[in-house]
Amino acid sequence: MKTLIRIGTAAILATGLSLGGTAAQAAGGHGGPELKHPSWTFDGLFGHYNEDQLKRGWEVYSNVCASCHGLEYMHYRNLKGLGYTEDEVEAIAASFEIEDGPDEWGEMFTRPATVVDPIKEPYENDALAKLANGGAVPPNLSVMTRARDHGPDYVYSLMLGYEAGVPEWVHEEDPEFSVPPGKSFNNYFPGYAISMPQQLFPGIMEYSDGTEATPEQMAKDVVTFLQWAAEPELEKRKDLGRYVLVFLIVFTGVLYAYKREIWKNAH
Amino acid sequence: MSSTPSPVWSNPAIKWVDRRMPIFSLMHKELIVYPTPRNLNYWWNFGSLAGIALVILIFSGIFLAMHYVPHEDMAFASVERLMREVNSGWLIRFIHMNTVSLFFLCVYIHIFRGMYYGSYKAPRELLWIIGVIIYFVMVGTAFLGYVLPWGQMSFWAATVITSLVTPIPLVGEELAIWLWGGFGVNNATLQRFFSLHYLLPMVIFALVFLHLWALHTTKSNNPLGVDVKKKADTLPFHPYYTMKDAFGLGVALVVLSYFIFFNPNYFNHSINYVMADPMVTPEHIVPEWYFLPFYAILRAIPDKLGGVVLMFLSILIWMALPWLDRSRVRSGKFRPVFKWFFWVWVADFVLLTWLGAMPAEGTYVTMGQWATAYYFAHFVVILPLLGWFEKTKPVPESISAAVTAGHDKEAAA
Ligand code: HEC
Ligand code: HEM
Repeated sequence: MKTLIRIGTAAILATGLSLGGTAAQAAGGHGGPELKHPSWTFDGLFGHYNEDQLKRGWEVYSNVCASCHGLEYMHYRNLKGLGYTEDEVEAIAASFEIEDGPDEWGEMFTRPATVVDPIKEPYENDALAKLANGGAVPPNLSVMTRARDHGPDYVYSLMLGYEAGVPEWVHEEDPEFSVPPGKSFNNYFPGYAISMPQQLFPGIMEYSDGTEATPEQMAKDVVTFLQWAAEPELEKRKDLGRYVLVFLIVFTGVLYAYKREIWKNAH
Repeated sequence: MSSTPSPVWSNPAIKWVDRRMPIFSLMHKELIVYPTPRNLNYWWNFGSLAGIALVILIFSGIFLAMHYVPHEDMAFASVERLMREVNSGWLIRFIHMNTVSLFFLCVYIHIFRGMYYGSYKAPRELLWIIGVIIYFVMVGTAFLGYVLPWGQMSFWAATVITSLVTPIPLVGEELAIWLWGGFGVNNATLQRFFSLHYLLPMVIFALVFLHLWALHTTKSNNPLGVDVKKKADTLPFHPYYTMKDAFGLGVALVVLSYFIFFNPNYFNHSINYVMADPMVTPEHIVPEWYFLPFYAILRAIPDKLGGVVLMFLSILIWMALPWLDRSRVRSGKFRPVFKWFFWVWVADFVLLTWLGAMPAEGTYVTMGQWATAYYFAHFVVILPLLGWFEKTKPVPESISAAVTAGHDKEAAA
């Protein structure tokens, strides 16, 4: 009897828990190579960000991605979370011209951004974004790693997943497959034909801290930055979580001992 | 119980209030000395756990509502703002999101417990029926809440579920337009969903009180399913069950905290972090895990109206359990054949849950149809027949007799 009950619970719990996963996976599965899974500093019970890496990630974002992708919901002041000082953030903000107004004559004008301004969007509207990118709008990147299954691994794989030609296994799946003009082949993008051209090549930029900017390095850094953009609370969350868990486990242990004591003669 | 004497309060303030409105005496009677069967196992923890989950949801929800903006252009951004800019906003939201899963898990275990131990049988039919109504309102509340963050899955789940009324003959189309406040899910829909999502938890709260009222009238069932006959069969609720429930709560909070702090989006669909877009239909529209078995039943039937009717029946039929189960023995413990069928049915429910997450194609559809057929056969064929044919084991004459007869007997059962 007891065992039956245990098996039953285990089954219910296991399905309950795994379903979130299976349901999510059902949404994006495809037959290409497995996602790459580098080690991330932000994984696990002790997950955290590394400020040097976050700054490098911001450099990749602002040098490479920012011309097409925005970071909605974020302000320049948030960049202090990367480890930049107040002055550095002010300087970064001031390097962007943004539209403001109307002034007292009813005219719109431009001025340098300040730390309280939202991070500047590359396109004024979706129509312009589409026009510039062959009909696809480059999506907002500030929630990207939350908005895809296995987000960090997916974006990392996507950035490194371009192929010059169409690989054999795709034609085995679909002999008719070809990449439409203006699109590129990517192993990880659903449907494999993506409107974003390959971005990360050796030598396209230099890091200010002297790290060698290989495509793998840039991908890893920019994904870490995007994960921070999506989950800026992660370090605080995990720090607090460890205290809460330790406290609750100890407290529950005490409750258990106390419960046994009370029930000692009652069975 | 009328046999428990009212306490004599010594504190003058308590005395003053109690003589005019005996709230302290009531609490003393229902929460302190309340006679509870002495043999309740840990499966009896999940009712109070569900209650606490409800309270956590209401509290966190009230704080969410202070920052949430129910407008199609602002809802998604307001949730992002809450998580990024509001102090501990992420915590409030992750508590709310993950406690919903805890709530449903507890309620499912609570319901299955009732099914195994025959807790729905006389005289607890009304208690059981109120429980099923609570479950219905929970389903509605969770569905409405899931629409609020206005992600892709919010929007498309709302579209799929509200469209379920369209196949109703004659009035279906009109009804859908009336529900939407437009010709599809739109801003008006979002605003009424928010209003109702705030209302229904209060309705659940009130229903929980009715549920407890019925419970304290008939008293708890127990794993043996025999009635309480004498004082030795019971223990006072406090400290015995307050402590046992507190320990259970501790364990539940450990599990809940793991998800809140280390895996907060585990039960969420990543695509719900893409803002709702009426022009882009997601490849797979999958409901939250706790709706999956019913979603599988819905999709098992090729006819849309039939699917909707069967889906509602699959929960409504729980209400008829007291009359479908003809056995005079309550507890599954003494029903050697029922016991097996019960677990097969649980497995069928788990199978339906899994099928609900799979695409509706190929073998999944056929499996879904068989699993649905078995789901209903359990209630309308197997249970009534078992009452007839099953040879039940002898039932102990009282709880205390069974307890003093030694634990070896229990272990063997
Ligand atoms: C030339 C413009 C351009 C640049 C520069 C660019 N992207 Fe993109 N990106 C796009 C477009 C267009 C899409 C939409 C692709 C589609 O839907 O086919 C896209 C899509 C994406 C996606 C979403 C893929 C999906 O699953 O929908 C990610 C992630 C992404 N880009 C990351 C980056 C990163 C990181 C960088 C910088 C290293 C970057 N992009 C630079 C144009 C660009
Ligand atoms: C029976 C209790 C409740 C259930 C089952 C429930 C369920 C849900 C669900 C499933 C969500 C979507 C989670 C997400 O993905 O964001 C949600 C969101 C929300 N709920 Fe509730 N809820 C309950 C009680 C309440 C109460 C009492 C309030 C307010 C007083 C409330 C306010 C909100 C708000 C404002 C949101 C949107 C913000 C967000 O998405 O995080 N909820 N609820």
